[in-house]
Amino acid sequence: MHSALRIIKEGLTGNKGWKPAWRKPDPRTQYDVIIIGGGGHGLATAYYLAKEHGITNIAVLEKGWLGGGNIGRNTTIIRSNYLLPGNQPFYELSMKLWEGLEQDFNYNAMISQRGVLNLFHSDGQRDAFVRRGNAMRLSGADAQILDAAAIRDICPYLDYDNARFPIKGGIRQPRGGTVRHDAVAWGYARAADRRGVDIIENCEVTGFIMENGHCLGVETTRGTIRAAKTAACVAGSSSKVMAMAGQRLPIESHVLQAFVSEGLKPIIPGVITFGAGHFYVSQSDKGGLVFGGDIDGYNSYAQRGNLPVLHDVCEGGMAIMPMIGRARVLRMWGGIMDMSMDGSPFIDKTQTDGLFFNGGWCYGGFKATPASGFCYAHLIATGRPHEVAQNYRLDRFLGGAAIDEKGQGAQPNLH
Amino acid sequence: MIINHPRLGPRDSAEFVYKGDAGLIERPFGTDTSIEQMHDYAYLRDNTAGAHRELWYHEQGDRSWLIVTRDTVTHEILDVALARPPADKATS
Ligand SMILES: Cc1cc2nc3c(=O)[nH]c(=O)nc-3n(C[C@H](O)[C@H](O)[C@H](O)COP(=O)(O)OP(=O)(O)OC[C@H]3O[C@@H](n4cnc5c(N)ncnc54)[C@H](O)[C@@H]3O)c2cc1C
Repeated sequence: MHSALRIIKEGLTGNKGWKPAWRKPDPRTQYDVIIIGGGGHGLATAYYLAKEHGITNIAVLEKGWLGGGNIGRNTTIIRSNYLLPGNQPFYELSMKLWEGLEQDFNYNAMISQRGVLNLFHSDGQRDAFVRRGNAMRLSGADAQILDAAAIRDICPYLDYDNARFPIKGGIRQPRGGTVRHDAVAWGYARAADRRGVDIIENCEVTGFIMENGHCLGVETTRGTIRAAKTAACVAGSSSKVMAMAGQRLPIESHVLQAFVSEGLKPIIPGVITFGAGHFYVSQSDKGGLVFGGDIDGYNSYAQRGNLPVLHDVCEGGMAIMPMIGRARVLRMWGGIMDMSMDGSPFIDKTQTDGLFFNGGWCYGGFKATPASGFCYAHLIATGRPHEVAQNYRLDRFLGGAAIDEKGQGAQPNLH
Repeated sequence: MIINHPRLGPRDSAEFVYKGDAGLIERPFGTDTSIEQMHDYAYLRDNTAGAHRELWYHEQGDRSWLIVTRDTVTHEILDVALARPPADKATS
């Protein structure tokens, strides 16, 4: 659609020939499937329902504009470098879907597999990373353990001999990297729309139609819409939406911030993360350093955070790459994260027939977008969980089956 | 955010550790509670959008526990009080 020839032609003719990439239909009163939330996961779900399962009579209901939620607010990192068997095969499926995505939905999402490097700073941490690397390779993913000398070749400017947190090495996933986040939403939206899915913006779900324990559809700011299957996919708003169905979730909503510096010459190869504090950084094509760290740490539905976290994140950055000390922060913003109690997500049926739930992505749901949509579509269409998502159950804490990557026990500040 | 501590006056929220929904103070007694009730206590949250009663522990201050009522949509702090043990367990 955006061939170089077309861009030149449009540039010479006043850019008057571009058409909207998806329709703006009015909602109908009945669909086969309603998806609540037009973020990355909701749009991907609609796309895979249409493509993999032939279900095209679908409405995606978005309360704001498409791409205004976390899909347009994240730091765009993709990776499949998890440890636990409940997680790693799912994220590796996502990575494989990313690798074929642009051909599949015919849209340039600027998928850039330039590597994710997690630094380690102690012998114990090295051992844990080696174990994780082995788990990754067992799942079919790629992982390399690098010593400090090998990292010095790629990033000579890191503070290797820091007195408190010397850099001893790192684990690298070469297939990890970044993706243009907005283009993921636009690409899925356009491809789903082409297959007949109605994407309805400015349409907030305000209630559920319930009869005898069945969900028969939703009330919205644009009228009543019915469907045999309703699938919530609203990230940070999960508790608010599911409360309308009378369900409490193992989720707290927290704000996570991201920061971008002024444009600089290319210096950061791929993604680099600090292993002793929370700081991660990549460099955008425009040259800005894109970085972030911890959530602010208190319940929040405000899409903005406070200064203490900015200080903390910048201190983390200075601890590993003091050279960024003179770069100026240009922009910062926040998004609302659906923090689950073990840092892992949910893709499941609910207590109510006909009502499905997808959420609890914490701050790692962007990389999951393709697999989340793929597995959610599988569940909605077949009634059975997809093999790689079968542990993402809403009742897992009841049976002691938490998927706790860090082994820290249940608390809503993991990811 | 500035938390108006009942004893110490206005303090930076960065001096505190956030401890979640104030309802967590009412911990059910282990031996006479069902697994389901304990699960609901430990894992499920109201996660309110709007006025939220929550615990803040003044770790880098006087070590008191506060119950802060804060609007989670605007971050505005509406009320601050010292936390007390649940009524039935208070020693008076
Ligand atoms: C600062 C930041 C950095 C991040 N960095 C990364 C990263 O580097 N890598 C990574 O993997 N993940 C990252 N994430 C996490 C990732 O962005 C999210 O987990 C993921 O985008 C959530 O899924 P989504 O795209 O469907 O969410 P969203 O885009 O938030 O979609 C949910 C949609 O539901 C809509 N909605 C809510 N309520 C209603 C209603 N009642 N009716 C109708 N619609 C409704 C919302 O308007 C919203 O558009 C980051 C997040 C943030 C905020």
